[in-house]
Amino acid sequence: MAVLSTNAAPVAPRGQTALALVALAVALTLLHYAGLLPAWLTRVPEALVPPFAPWLDAAFTFIRTDLGLEKLTRWIAEGPLQFALDTTANLLYGKRRWPNLGPIPWSAIAGSAAVLGYALGGWRLALLAGGTFVWTALIGQWKIAMETMSVLVVAAPLAFVIGLGLGIAAWANDRVDRAIKPILSILQTLPFFTYLLPAVIFFKVGPTAGAVATIVYAVPPMILMTTLGLKKVSPAVIEAGQMSGCTRWQMLRHVYIPAARTEILVGVNQVIMLCLAMVVLTAFIGMPGLGAKLLAMMGSFKIGRSFEIGITIVLLAVTLDRLSKAWVVRVPEHHPRGTPWWRRNKYLLIGLGVFVGFTLLGQAVDWFSEIGRRQSWSRGKEIDAAIKAFLALGPVQSVTDQIRYVFNVWILIPFRDFLLSIPTPAFILLFAAAALALADQRVAIWAAVFFGIVALTGWWDRAVITLYSVISAVILASLIGLPIAVWASFTDRRANRILLACDTAQTFPSFVYLIPAIMLFGITATSVVMSILIFAMVPLVRYTVEGLRDVPPEMIEAAEMSGATRMQKLWKVQLPMALPTMAIGFNQAIMFAFFMVIIAAFIGTQDLGQELQRTLAGADLGKNLVLGICVSLMALSFNMVLTTWADRKKAALGL
Amino acid sequence: MMSQAPVIACKNVWKLFGKDPEGYYARMPEGHGYDQIRADGYIAGVKDVSISVGRGEMLVIMGLSGSGKSTLVRCFSRLHDITGGTIEVEGQDIMSLSEKDLITLRRNKMGMVFQSFGLLPHRTVLDNVAFPLEMRGQDRHTRRDRAMEVIRLVGLEGREDYFPRELSGGQQQRVGIARSLAIEPDIWFLDEPFSALDPLIRREMQDEFLRLQAMLGKTIVFITHDFDEALRLADRIAIMKDGAVEQCDTPDQIVLNPATEYVRKFTEDIDKSRVVHASVLARADAHGEGAPVPARATIHDLAATLVSDQRDMIPVADGDRPLGALSRQEALRVLVGA
Repeated sequence: MAVLSTNAAPVAPRGQTALALVALAVALTLLHYAGLLPAWLTRVPEALVPPFAPWLDAAFTFIRTDLGLEKLTRWIAEGPLQFALDTTANLLYGKRRWPNLGPIPWSAIAGSAAVLGYALGGWRLALLAGGTFVWTALIGQWKIAMETMSVLVVAAPLAFVIGLGLGIAAWANDRVDRAIKPILSILQTLPFFTYLLPAVIFFKVGPTAGAVATIVYAVPPMILMTTLGLKKVSPAVIEAGQMSGCTRWQMLRHVYIPAARTEILVGVNQVIMLCLAMVVLTAFIGMPGLGAKLLAMMGSFKIGRSFEIGITIVLLAVTLDRLSKAWVVRVPEHHPRGTPWWRRNKYLLIGLGVFVGFTLLGQAVDWFSEIGRRQSWSRGKEIDAAIKAFLALGPVQSVTDQIRYVFNVWILIPFRDFLLSIPTPAFILLFAAAALALADQRVAIWAAVFFGIVALTGWWDRAVITLYSVISAVILASLIGLPIAVWASFTDRRANRILLACDTAQTFPSFVYLIPAIMLFGITATSVVMSILIFAMVPLVRYTVEGLRDVPPEMIEAAEMSGATRMQKLWKVQLPMALPTMAIGFNQAIMFAFFMVIIAAFIGTQDLGQELQRTLAGADLGKNLVLGICVSLMALSFNMVLTTWADRKKAALGL
Repeated sequence: MMSQAPVIACKNVWKLFGKDPEGYYARMPEGHGYDQIRADGYIAGVKDVSISVGRGEMLVIMGLSGSGKSTLVRCFSRLHDITGGTIEVEGQDIMSLSEKDLITLRRNKMGMVFQSFGLLPHRTVLDNVAFPLEMRGQDRHTRRDRAMEVIRLVGLEGREDYFPRELSGGQQQRVGIARSLAIEPDIWFLDEPFSALDPLIRREMQDEFLRLQAMLGKTIVFITHDFDEALRLADRIAIMKDGAVEQCDTPDQIVLNPATEYVRKFTEDIDKSRVVHASVLARADAHGEGAPVPARATIHDLAATLVSDQRDMIPVADGDRPLGALSRQEALRVLVGA
């Protein structure tokens, strides 16, 4: 008993405080139900809401006009950035701008992509890379795909350079590092609509704003990967460089950066993938391209065409991902002495040859340079009809209707109404109690402060609706995802397949997750939750499988030798050991859900995302920022609680 | 050997690790021990070390892991800035050097070999070896020629276009050695260069190293935790414990007259007769009769003579020059390890 009490001593007060907070919250809620709670305790009264939006607006106007930042940004937008975008636009889809050479024939791009794929990863990658572009051309989406690509090829290199530069600065200088860290974590939880509006206001509507939003969105992971890579360079390599008499610049250029090559290239991969995801989303500020087309097609419920565009986006994403990952793992090959230069650079030469060959062919035969609307193989209408016929089939329709009905009437709406019925202070207390129980006092206080700010903005109800979508989707995703993950972890084969599927699914730009949801459940609350659910399930499954697979084999063997059954092994050994990793997956699932719930505003929601989307139409920067920060603060609260909890569990397990 | 001014001379060198080493060093009471310093939250990497290395000498620093030997060597090359004391390299106080002068010193005078090789993974063997020359700004052609020369020297010819990952551990360390020799350094630091290698390869590399040293005659500071290796290679051995040098002397003296209990324990299991030379036991004031034994022979070499010979005092001579005589009793005691 004595031992027990000393062990429990540090935990007990925390648990007791948490329980007390819960009791207080329940009491408040019950009082409210009984109609005894004064109105000012259920919601923050209108009169007390500080005018955050006008304040922020004023601050922005000051920065924009009085400090003259707008002049600079407009100059960038109309000068170098516009120039770069025009150039790629001309080359890729023939916009009438300098250098007036384009458009490059589709066959030349497809051919070169195939050669690049071969050089990086053999026939399979060649087929994937070439095939993607052939598909895009044949399906008649070449021009819109190139509109998207023309922004991507400008934004990704810029994001890379900026990320690398800031990453190096943060690594070299502690003060920069400390200044950058909190900004990065806010940027990573800020909903993308909040990237878009400032971009539009500072950099004018169109591709430039799209490119800027994309760059800002893609830079943080590049910074993180760069610092991580530079910090990991082995001390012997560093000392070898110093003893070779490197100056500081030589150290960076010849020792640190090459030695951190892998992490930096992983950063490049992430930059490319995030850029693609964001470029597609810039459709919301009227950027033409695949995203805009998809938005239009989904808006008019043309499922067939949406489906085709979705495939194009997914193919592009997978191709870019696989190509850049192949580049990460590629190791330089050594050539014996005296190898002629054309043999050393054979892929470059073949690629050039293919490019020139197809370009010339394109001049002679039109089909190789451009595929007209009428020649395209698009079967949008037919697919549309087929999908609609399938969905209208008696059994299918009854199943989807049933799901929709049960979800809406029995689960989603009651849950939402319940959350809305909790008075604001009680809600905050409940969250703080959870934070206290799972994490620690510091986190609990921060979480309460964050939620308090959300309450003070006056957007509480919408914030709660946002939370409701996130929570219900993540709970449903766990109910479906965790059994799948456990099942998959039983054998290597299954685990590898599921992990590959998750990896692939994770490369899809978030936007395409809307397609199956809308296809099956139309424009309803169910499809909102469904699209979030699919998106959030990916990291959940992935980390659970990894956590379960990574349990040290000697522990499994020890359990087996102790005569544990499969179930005992799972419950007593694997799951407890995998818990910290699973918590990371859970955290990511929630972050993904916060991201997706904003996109789902497109389907029609009543939450913060919807309001955010509305601000895009005007120039209501203050309101946009307030809403964005609300989402960010809630996401940050969850993030803090779960990462602290995972760290504590990890430390307790000695991992 | 030690006739000229020392190449490296360090006096009362301290290297402390912790929050504010300089401040702590300034207010640290005299005679504070390792454990007391540790209790104050600081680690004494190097504790009050005074040692010097003569031109052409091979000084082996040895000790267990964590004894501060690597730290001391990193102070010599100023990879670590020292907290107190002075280090002079060829008469120059290296702590007073500007960054530029330090780089010049490293580019022209120092070479270093690392335990974990420290090869740049993205460069071929040739480019790794040529790296210090490239940093020095030598043109492509000259540096390639020189690099090829050292690559041949370490026996890696034909592998110059390989990448480090394609080589075995022993070959990788040859690259490390070649790189450290590329600039023709006067001072050569080797930080446990063979510890990461298999015993057989280690032996081979030691022979290789002795061959190189016989050819090049550099001033060498060699770190090891392997006493046999130290005895095989060293002119002098410095034994370190808790950041301090317990004893710095020739191998013979270390086994014959250990300065501290720690050193005695260290040398306990060593076959002394293989280390101690006749010259060391020879007393100049004594003289014996008959044929002398060679000064450079170890007692082990002389075992047969010592056992069968009837003389009490046996004369010792270095070539033709008589050094005196050794007492047979004393030599026999060394032989049986008493």
